[in-house]
Amino acid sequence: MLPSLAEVAKGKGRLRGNLAERAIEVALFLAAFSAVAITFSIMALLITESVGLFKTVSIVEFLTGTEWAPLFEPPRYGILPLVCGTVMTSIVALCVAIPMGTISALYLSEFASPRVREIVKPGLELLSGIPTVVYGYFALIFVTPMLQRFLLPNLPGFNMLSPGMVMGIMIIPLIASVSEDAMRAVPRELREASYGTGATKLQTALQVVFPAAASGVSSSYILAVSRAVGETMIVSVAAGLQPTLTLNPTEPAATITAYIVQVSLGDLPHGSTEYQTIFAAGLMLALVTLTFNVMGHFLSKRYRENY
Amino acid sequence: MVREAVDVNGQSGAGRTAKNRAKVRTSNLNFYYGDNQVLKGVNLAIAQNKVTALIGPSGCGKTTLLRCFNRMHDLYPGNRYEGEIILDSAVNLLSKKIDPIEVRMRVGMVFQRPNPFPKSIYENVAYGLRVQGEKRRRVLDEKVEKSLRAAALWDEVKDRLNEVGNSLSGGQQQRLCIARALATDPELILFDEPTSALDPIATASIEDLMASLKETVTILVVTHSMQQAARISDYTAFMYLGEMMEFGTTKKIFSAPKEERTRDYIGGRFG
Repeated sequence: MLPSLAEVAKGKGRLRGNLAERAIEVALFLAAFSAVAITFSIMALLITESVGLFKTVSIVEFLTGTEWAPLFEPPRYGILPLVCGTVMTSIVALCVAIPMGTISALYLSEFASPRVREIVKPGLELLSGIPTVVYGYFALIFVTPMLQRFLLPNLPGFNMLSPGMVMGIMIIPLIASVSEDAMRAVPRELREASYGTGATKLQTALQVVFPAAASGVSSSYILAVSRAVGETMIVSVAAGLQPTLTLNPTEPAATITAYIVQVSLGDLPHGSTEYQTIFAAGLMLALVTLTFNVMGHFLSKRYRENY
Repeated sequence: MVREAVDVNGQSGAGRTAKNRAKVRTSNLNFYYGDNQVLKGVNLAIAQNKVTALIGPSGCGKTTLLRCFNRMHDLYPGNRYEGEIILDSAVNLLSKKIDPIEVRMRVGMVFQRPNPFPKSIYENVAYGLRVQGEKRRRVLDEKVEKSLRAAALWDEVKDRLNEVGNSLSGGQQQRLCIARALATDPELILFDEPTSALDPIATASIEDLMASLKETVTILVVTHSMQQAARISDYTAFMYLGEMMEFGTTKKIFSAPKEERTRDYIGGRFG
């Protein structure tokens, strides 16, 4: 049977529609692709610049060496002290931020009256608006002296504990805000079902809302880890810049980021081994963050709930 | 005039024999969302071990009325009750002295959409007992099995009690929610349109379940479907604009309604 005129005309219209559709699809693809492309080019830059270093230093020495002194004679290229500094300050930060942030989120989402929430939430978010260099000096000239005075009299002026704690305070709003969103997205019926069996507010919050929001909450923790690992200014100012391999948070140490900022401020000759160490350290940092992101991805998948 | 009809029906319809005595009775119940009065002087007697259906057009206040029985409205600010809901001719559930948590231990609820917790099938059923402090494994095991059997779900899930509740089909999830409500041995269970999110086969299984449950509990069900009310309930209450228009045995309401509104609604002329 031959198609009628009307049907043919309709087909043409659809064709034009398809073209516009295609154009939008391509534009959207390019937008999405650019983010991926930028990430990959940064990784490519880090890798190509680091390769130079690994011509003079073996990867094994880089990864397992316990001394980091690329600017000294003889130079040492063991990244472990920097990784250790990053991990230790991050652990201290998370010990502060995860409990405080989670409790704040639970309070804001389940217990606070709308009025209290209206005041507390913006206040909390102000914390993340403070420049990190201010946090750094806060750690150096307020928190460290306070710790020395009241808790640890032998604490050195530069240490990992104080910037770690301050970094934790800085991260609280990140965890609180992302977790609170996840908790508030838990359907009302789920809460009502819990109350309906005779549960209290606290039981509902801890046993129903928290597990139901676990996927979002664990994402907030992973974001917090990435933030702590990447944090530069606070640790540069208050942790000291001396690479030290130690698991004791009361000792001074340098983190990967602190090393990068310290060295790149000086004038290193382009292409020198010292110059290349910046990229190798940056690559290390990117890999650590990447590992956490991948972990976060699987964690949130593991706990994902579909309502 | 309307109120009279309800009183007469509420008294004589529910009967006075021990078996048919009123489990719960509301008297002059008013309810307000802020300044908005949603329930207007509702009088209703719910017979023990019977299924009572609340029907009426959208917005008539039937769900609002249902949620008064377990003080669900207490969860949100600005809600206010007036009047009384008397349980077992003794306790006023709306009294300020009564803890809503205690009310909810005696009055269970099943919701519109199946809403299992993000926990295992076992923990879903055990939840109500756990929040009441029950820790003895043997007691929990027993209650979980008993409740799942009563909800006609045991045979389907007994080998996978540790899987999450969400892994079940919609109808199974709703039966899981019924088992969860049964676990704490409530005397009254409120069903808020329990089959509106289910297919006809699952709906039939839930309806059969409700018929068997009334041997042990009293059931109050809100439904949009008049056919469902006719199939499952012993008594039917027709509400309109926050008022109890007519109440009586389901047979009477569907075959010989007194009020014109009831007749029109049941005849499908509005709603």
